Amino acid sequence: MDVSQYLEIFIDETKEHLQNLNTQILNLEQEPDNMDTINEIFRAAHSLKGMAGTMGYKRMQTLTHDMENVFSEVRNGNIKVKDNMIDVLFQCLDALEEYLENIQGEADEGTNENEHLIKTLNEIMKGADSTPVANQEAAPDKKAAPVQSAEESKWNSIVLGDSESTVISSALSQGKNVYGLTVYVQESCILKAARAFLVFKAVEDLGEILISNPSSQDIEDEKFENDFSIIVITDAELDTVIKAASEVSEIEKVCGGNVSLDALATEEEAESKPEAAEVAPSTEVAVKEETEAKPQSAPKQDKKPAAGKPVVNRTVRVDIEKLDSLMNLVSELIIAKNSMVSITSNSEAGNNSSAFNEQIEYLESVTTNLHESVMKVRMVPIESVVQKFPRMIRDLQKKLGKQMELYMTGEETELDRTVVDEIGDPLMHLLRNAADHGLESAELRKERGKPAVGSIHLDAYQDGNNVVIEVKDDGNGIDVEAVKRKAIERGVITAEQGENMPDKDIVNLLFLPSFSTAKTVTDVSGRGVGLDVVKSKIESLSGEVDVKTKLGEGSTWSIRLPLTLAIIQALMVIVGDEKYAISLGSIQTLETITKQDIKLVQNEEVIHLRGTVIPLIRLDEVLDTKTKKNPDEDLVVVIVKKGDKLAGLVVDELIGQQEIVIKSLGKFISKLKIISGATILGDGEVALIVDANALF
Amino acid sequence: MDNSKLSRAEIEKLQEQDVNFVVQQINQYIVIRLGEEQYGISINYIDNIVRMQHITRVPKVANYIRGVINLRGEVIPVMSLRLKMGLAEDEETKATRIIILKIEGHGNIGVIVDEVKQVVNLDENQVEKPAYDKAAEKEMFISGIGKSEGNLISLLDLNAVTAEKE
Repeated sequence: MDVSQYLEIFIDETKEHLQNLNTQILNLEQEPDNMDTINEIFRAAHSLKGMAGTMGYKRMQTLTHDMENVFSEVRNGNIKVKDNMIDVLFQCLDALEEYLENIQGEADEGTNENEHLIKTLNEIMKGADSTPVANQEAAPDKKAAPVQSAEESKWNSIVLGDSESTVISSALSQGKNVYGLTVYVQESCILKAARAFLVFKAVEDLGEILISNPSSQDIEDEKFENDFSIIVITDAELDTVIKAASEVSEIEKVCGGNVSLDALATEEEAESKPEAAEVAPSTEVAVKEETEAKPQSAPKQDKKPAAGKPVVNRTVRVDIEKLDSLMNLVSELIIAKNSMVSITSNSEAGNNSSAFNEQIEYLESVTTNLHESVMKVRMVPIESVVQKFPRMIRDLQKKLGKQMELYMTGEETELDRTVVDEIGDPLMHLLRNAADHGLESAELRKERGKPAVGSIHLDAYQDGNNVVIEVKDDGNGIDVEAVKRKAIERGVITAEQGENMPDKDIVNLLFLPSFSTAKTVTDVSGRGVGLDVVKSKIESLSGEVDVKTKLGEGSTWSIRLPLTLAIIQALMVIVGDEKYAISLGSIQTLETITKQDIKLVQNEEVIHLRGTVIPLIRLDEVLDTKTKKNPDEDLVVVIVKKGDKLAGLVVDELIGQQEIVIKSLGKFISKLKIISGATILGDGEVALIVDANALF
Repeated sequence: MDNSKLSRAEIEKLQEQDVNFVVQQINQYIVIRLGEEQYGISINYIDNIVRMQHITRVPKVANYIRGVINLRGEVIPVMSLRLKMGLAEDEETKATRIIILKIEGHGNIGVIVDEVKQVVNLDENQVEKPAYDKAAEKEMFISGIGKSEGNLISLLDLNAVTAEKE
């Protein structure tokens, strides 16, 4: 079978399952007895095995198979979860990830057999066989027999409601036969739902199907493993019914038997006496069946909020190109709208323009809404990226021999898909930094009166048109003096410069390439390739990164990213005889100042505005053009902010606020710092977008 | 005409022609004028030819980049072929055109030319390798000289033309 077309889906789903396993095994470490978690792990491992097998990745399948065996023993209570077992399981996950990477790279799983892992897994299994946990020894034996029979005829486990019981008793009293059937579909069967439908049809020819498990809806949606059970009311003999059902092709076997009311678990019974010896096995199977039949739905009862989230993201996978084309259409719609706006404003004289204006306003609201909903489609929660961090911190904890705990909030914060894909590495760098450089050793922490376990916070939240992600630790903070010494030593700054530099600027030196203050190079961090990479990555996403620190108390790194990248609200201005756009997100206020308001500080023009001194930037000079205004005229100043810094941009005239579509200048115009892109105006002309952040 | 009734000789003749067509590669060029000289641009690179239009200046770029234009909703950079080749500044006339080139891996770029004259077919025999003269800056952009109806056409090496100048 040619499976290459499924490769992408396989990779995606495997990633999801691996992530899920990672999270769940972490949970398991915390609560070794949580049955929900164990079931969840088992299910994920099982799906992984099946998928790897289908795709023909034998080694991957073998490894997951052995993992599944271990989980299955855990689930049956034959082995207890131990620390070393968790370690082995994590190693297995890493090995699986390695396979996946190979598959992603060259559509082949590679040749690493991971024999030692398989051997260790088998040893864990053997340990289970030879030393069964003492107080459990009787239980498995007792359960074995009933479970076995329940396995064969699962129809016994169908839970009946009041109405069904009534129907059955009246049918029996009328002398009809009531049979329970369990139909097993061949494992290789592709269209299980279709086969099930044929079985239903064949049986309905003979009688009436009272109830099925899973429900007929789930069967139709193929939400069942390889078997389903039904209860039939019929005049025919049991053999006839079984034969009719077995005649459908790709049906492996059909088991059946008479149904009597007392043999079946009624609803009340199942609820009121879940521990009752006779009912227990069947309800257990029923629960198991249900969860297996709907692998996508969340576990019903959750003790922990963490497990309460849907196991797998219910997503529709949309080709990003399709979204892009949708996005382009919206862009064009907006451009068309803008040109209509410009026509009306040009022919103001027309009297019949009010109806026209109304229509434009309508069009405007439509395009804005359309834009918003398309953008929302592109938004994904950052959860997919941050999920892997608890595991990473756990590994770091062992590697560094420090105790630490990661607290995360705001995982649901959404960002553009392209941004989310890119922020993983920078965040990882910051977290590793916090763990390695930030947090002190336990002894030192005790000395300083801090709790022995260091805490690292990862918080994400939306702030206006930006999303802020903060990495905060309660560790040592940045030693400004050490940074300064290092910078002078490296010749980044002179000793003299160092004297006059504010602390903030010194800390920012850390973002320069090849700057690492760690005295020893570890493989966690300290190779001097970290922070400058973080900075350039974030800046390539039009974001910025900042750090606040206090020696002895910890540091906070914050990443600020724009919510959307394609369409923004902008202020249109005129400089010289050219039009420019300035993103509204960075504009603080608009001011008109007189020539006398301009003061000189260190030969730079500044203005004094409501208690703050703001440097002036003459846009005409920056943009190599010439202002058309008389030097004595009042100046129009756009106050822009970046973080807590302000600057005043001097422009000739303001045109107004507009929604603009950002277009790239193309690869032939090498990256310009002050121009972040271009946009097409209503009259078809191109206006450039001034990147206010680059002017600071 | 019924194809099946072609004689064997006729089929062979047709095949021979076919082979000849493949062997003798014929390339199509658009002939443009810059000042007094004629240049050829391989049609494989040409996406579009548009009239001169308003070009939005972009600050802080190389002098030969004139700016950007809006081509049906896309922003396309435009460069002056004259300035790039070290000739005098463009003189805008009614005949001035912008030729939009499509360069693999780099996207589109427009080049300003004085006039678009015609399309010529040149086979390999009609193209000569240029005599290299390092002194002349514009020679660096020529990949060959084509002869057509007594005219000499300098064929532009578009990768060199669009490459960033140091």
